[in-house]
Amino acid sequence: MKGRTIGRHFRDSLKSISRNGWMTFASVSAVTVTLLLVGVFVMIMMNLNKVADDLERDVEIKVIVDLTADEASITKLEEEIKKVSGVAEVVYSPKEDELNKLMLDFGDDLRLFEQQNPLHNVFYAKAVNPQETAAVAEKINKLDNTFEVKYGEGKIEKLFSFLNTSRNVGIVLILALLFTAMFLISNTIRITIVARRRDIEIMKLVGATNWFIRIPFILEGMWLGILGAILPITLVTVLYYNIHKVLEPKLAQGNLFELLDFSPFIYQVNGLILLMGVLIGIWGSFMSVRKFLRV
Amino acid sequence: MIEMINVYKKYPNGIVAANGIDVEIKQGEFVYVVGPSGAGKSTFIKMMYREERPTTGDILINGVNLATLKANKVPYLRRQIGVVFQDFKLLPRLNVYENVAFALEVIEESPKVIRKRVMEVLELVGLKHKARMFPTELSGGEQQRVSIARSIVNTPKLVIADEPTGNLDPETSWEIMNIFEEINARGTTIIMATHNREIVNTMRHRVIAVEGGLITRDEYGGEYGYEG
Repeated sequence: MKGRTIGRHFRDSLKSISRNGWMTFASVSAVTVTLLLVGVFVMIMMNLNKVADDLERDVEIKVIVDLTADEASITKLEEEIKKVSGVAEVVYSPKEDELNKLMLDFGDDLRLFEQQNPLHNVFYAKAVNPQETAAVAEKINKLDNTFEVKYGEGKIEKLFSFLNTSRNVGIVLILALLFTAMFLISNTIRITIVARRRDIEIMKLVGATNWFIRIPFILEGMWLGILGAILPITLVTVLYYNIHKVLEPKLAQGNLFELLDFSPFIYQVNGLILLMGVLIGIWGSFMSVRKFLRV
Repeated sequence: MIEMINVYKKYPNGIVAANGIDVEIKQGEFVYVVGPSGAGKSTFIKMMYREERPTTGDILINGVNLATLKANKVPYLRRQIGVVFQDFKLLPRLNVYENVAFALEVIEESPKVIRKRVMEVLELVGLKHKARMFPTELSGGEQQRVSIARSIVNTPKLVIADEPTGNLDPETSWEIMNIFEEINARGTTIIMATHNREIVNTMRHRVIAVEGGLITRDEYGGEYGYEG
């Protein structure tokens, strides 16, 4: 195909966009609405995912050491915990430190106990895969000199199953939304093509090849996708900028989790929106024009 | 140039539109195809530009057999044949110039050649001054002239016209016929299905009558031969 033919197709597709004013408007609106939904949803999902990761990373196993254990067996226990498969890191916290922590929370009244510290020495361990915390804790519990192993039994399982469910639901929703978007766009473009069924028939009569007919429609679909992506990209950017600005300082205080940084994230989301707009535009028109080429 | 050998066409609904047609048309001829409605006239015409494919039999155009021609080769066949219809079949969104130029853009002709050829044929059909107008702004006769211009712009050796004057008043019909005469005088073969008795009887050419899927009459300089 010659260069000027491609240029002609580009001109043609743009001409068609402007001459089919209302149809263009309808298609672009459909693309806009769906991409906006997808964009907002991806934004929420990716942040939820980040929050989930942050929460998971905070899950730790508290290994309470027997009171009877002496220095040597504590060192030995530390070595053994490190050797347990699935353990990422182990931090030792002697009973003095534990008391200090309690005093931070409940005040200096507890200073009395400094003479006779009733607390146990403790190891804090983290699992390589937070989801396997329970199994790892179980293994540690079998070691000698452990008094008790805690990891927030019950709560952890609930948190994990909640996070997993919301992740899966999110993926399913995004897929469903994408599918709906494609269906919607291919239908809208099909309407514009039905309106130009005659055009295609005439093109075939004067000897246009199938690709010659198809390309302007496909380019048109691409323009519709790009036009439809403009508003969602703008809105999502403005929305996230403001949410980030308002929420970030508050979340920073909580120290539990953070939102994704504005900078690379918003470009990724916008790139995704644009790419999806273009792809569903092209795909939609390709599917729609296919039917009419078998004349 | 065109040869139909024992062509038989049966539609899926059981109607037999061609029941063993044998005919030969030479380069430069002007042929009227006449016959009552539903007698197979349209099928006869349509098979020549491969809009319909014969059930059995062969159709040769310049040595190419349309009966076995692959679908992806059809566009290249159509480029060698100009087609004119009763309902003009112009692209409503393109103006006169663009409609005619389209047939050349399809074959990726250079813009310089396109411009020259389009202006030439618009001159021939007398619509040079309306090149920028859209089909809806033209009269029926003018639209048909655009469609004729489009059919001959890539200098085909064969022009097929399916009732080109069917939608036009008598006076305009004569103008259109004069253009066809002019094109034929330049050596282009013309095959025209028509119901216009007066034209056939006045501008005498070869007449092929199709009835019941058969050629019932084939005479040079013949008459229309049907009542009103």
